[in-house]
Amino acid sequence: MNSISIILLIIGVVFDLFGCIGLIRLPDIYNRLQSATKCVTLGTCSILLALLLHYGFSEVGIKALIAIPLLFFASTVGAHALIRGSYKFGIKMTDKTVVDDYKEVEK
Amino acid sequence: MIGILLYILIGLSFLCFIRVLSGPTMADRMVAIDIFGTLVVGICALLVLKTGRLFLIDVAIAWIILSFIGTIALAKYLTRKKLDE
Repeated sequence: MNSISIILLIIGVVFDLFGCIGLIRLPDIYNRLQSATKCVTLGTCSILLALLLHYGFSEVGIKALIAIPLLFFASTVGAHALIRGSYKFGIKMTDKTVVDDYKEVEK
Repeated sequence: MIGILLYILIGLSFLCFIRVLSGPTMADRMVAIDIFGTLVVGICALLVLKTGRLFLIDVAIAWIILSFIGTIALAKYLTRKKLDE
C-alpha cells in the first residue's frame, strides 16, 4: 500500500472514533445526530477513497467511487428526515438549548 | 496495520450498541442503528483491503441503500404520515 492511502485510512478511523464518542457523550438526540452523522460519514468516505487510491480504476475502485456520493447523499438526507420527524414527534431538547428557530418558522 | 484499524471499528460498533440499549426514546435507537450501518460500510471496505475478497464492496453498497430505506421509514413513522404522502 502507498502512504497516501494509509494516511486516508487513519484519518477515516479517527473521524469514526470522534463521531462515536459524540454519540455516547452528548446529552440530546439533536446534538447526537449532528455529531455522529457528519463525522462518521466523512470518515467512511475517507476509507472508501483510500480503497479507490489503492486499487486504481479497476472494478473495485469504480465501485468505491460510486459508493462515495451514494453514502454521502443517503446519510445526510436520512439524518435530515429523521431529525425533522423527531421534532414533529415532540421529543424534548435538553435544558441547555438557547435558541429554537424552527418553532418560529412553523407558526 | 489494517487489522488494528478493523478492531477499532468493531469496538466502535459496540459503542453504538450501548446507545441502542440505553437510548431514552425510539429515535435515539434508530440514530444508533443508522450510524452502525455507516460503520459497517467502513468495515466492509477494510475487509476488502485485508482479505482481498472483492465482492465485499457490493455488500457495502447494498448496506448503504438498505440503511437509507430503514431510516426514511422510521422518519415517516415519527411524523405520523403514510409512506406515500
